[in-house]
Amino acid sequence: MTAPAIEDLLRELTPQVLGALVRRQGQFEGCEDAVQEAVLAAAVQWPAEGVPGNPRGWLLTVASRRLIDQLRSDHARRERESATAAVEAPPEDVPDTDDTLVLLFLCCHPTLTAASQIALTLRAVGGLTTAEIARAFLVPEATMAARISRAKQRVRAAGSSFSLPAGAELQERLQVVLHVLYLIFNEGYTASSGRELHRADLAHEAIRLTGMVHAQMPEDGEVTGLLALMLLTHARREARTTPAGDLVPLDEQDRTKWDRGLIDKGVELVKASLAGSALGPYQLQAAIAATHADAATAEETDWPQVHALYLILERIAPNPMVTLNRAIALAETEGPQAGLALLATLDGDERMAGHHRLLSVRAHLLEKTGDTAGAYEHYRRAARSTASIAEQRYLESRAGRVRA
Amino acid sequence: MKFLIGMHINPAVLDALTDEERAAIGAGHGRFIEELKQSGELITTQALADPSQAAVVSVRDGRTVVTDGPFLEAKEYLGGFYLVDCENKDRAIELAARIPDAAIEGLGIEVRQVMFADGQLEA
Repeated sequence: MTAPAIEDLLRELTPQVLGALVRRQGQFEGCEDAVQEAVLAAAVQWPAEGVPGNPRGWLLTVASRRLIDQLRSDHARRERESATAAVEAPPEDVPDTDDTLVLLFLCCHPTLTAASQIALTLRAVGGLTTAEIARAFLVPEATMAARISRAKQRVRAAGSSFSLPAGAELQERLQVVLHVLYLIFNEGYTASSGRELHRADLAHEAIRLTGMVHAQMPEDGEVTGLLALMLLTHARREARTTPAGDLVPLDEQDRTKWDRGLIDKGVELVKASLAGSALGPYQLQAAIAATHADAATAEETDWPQVHALYLILERIAPNPMVTLNRAIALAETEGPQAGLALLATLDGDERMAGHHRLLSVRAHLLEKTGDTAGAYEHYRRAARSTASIAEQRYLESRAGRVRA
Repeated sequence: MKFLIGMHINPAVLDALTDEERAAIGAGHGRFIEELKQSGELITTQALADPSQAAVVSVRDGRTVVTDGPFLEAKEYLGGFYLVDCENKDRAIELAARIPDAAIEGLGIEVRQVMFADGQLEA
């Protein structure tokens, strides 16, 4: 087995082994450390010595031993006899239950900050090492290690049981899980700061984890919708930047570079999810992405449909960013003045005050009306307001273009 | 999101502090650093030597010209900074408010978002 194949296998097995260990030993914090150590040991040993016949069993055995060692040293420190006695039993074969979902709900515990939920999810469910997560978020490993350890303490303090939430709580908690997966994808898709516009590894990881949730909850329209949204967005990644790293807006992208395979999969998922009963925000966003994917050229975009979908989205999940996007669609169907009039309704909204997206959309629409001086002014202000270098460069080039 | 929390100090204001006040500031920074380390939000913190030790470097016609002292003649100088990675700007502001300097008239704390980063992050 090649090293990347081993890595994939380890990532897949991590939540299974962790789930099995927590079910037996009942302490998420210590088990998670032990599994991480077992995975690190496997990553070193397996490429050199070959993958064992029962890789899951191997990981479980090594992780159990690490946990026992850990408890023994705790025991020596605190002279607590009962703690070790409980884990002396040799590990049995791994039970067939998949605890990936349970773990995911635990890692996305509502008492944690989003940054902690993301870090813990990537490690305990995604099987990434602390060093890999630290690198992805451009922080020192010690910072990430502290964040993960604090997150686990919080989960323990919250007194969560190792089971799926029931009833109405399940839907509520699922929203948090989906939001965390969405944030991981977004972090991979557009870095919130810095020069790297794509961090494809995080986007891949988000798609893989969302696919896992979808496999276990295929009936949930929002899970399906989120997976579709990710696939349809990811399909554009090659067209989204120039080789030099400059941003290419949707209407100027070379659509032959869009990944047809991903689009087909995404569209199929959107159709399946829309056939269900309730409509959610991820489904609608996926439907909008599918409408764009359907147009061979920017001119062929079905803007009335995009606008109608944003209108529904605005009703079920009111948010100034949705209104902003609807203004773009409205400008396409009814002209830039109509779009600008809708933007004006956002001026009093303090969530949007000085937001670079509001400034840049207004700049675009002013440019369409022929107000080049106004467009220039807004492009420049938008460029100053963004914390993304790629976006700043793009906005400055637009400013230069309207001035010329 | 990464933020640089810059501490603008005024040597005259610092000189006017009592030893107890100065010790309290030092202890406050110590506690703040510990908290940031435990929460997993600290990337690094550095304090800078006195502005009188600064050198201003420029190259004119290929020749390097070095002059002593700070670039800006001002009452306040950058005395040090915290580089943090936290949830959002509100959280960065909340952290900044915990820095002891924030409670002292004449000293300034400034929160700036980081836009580009490269290089080894391990201190």
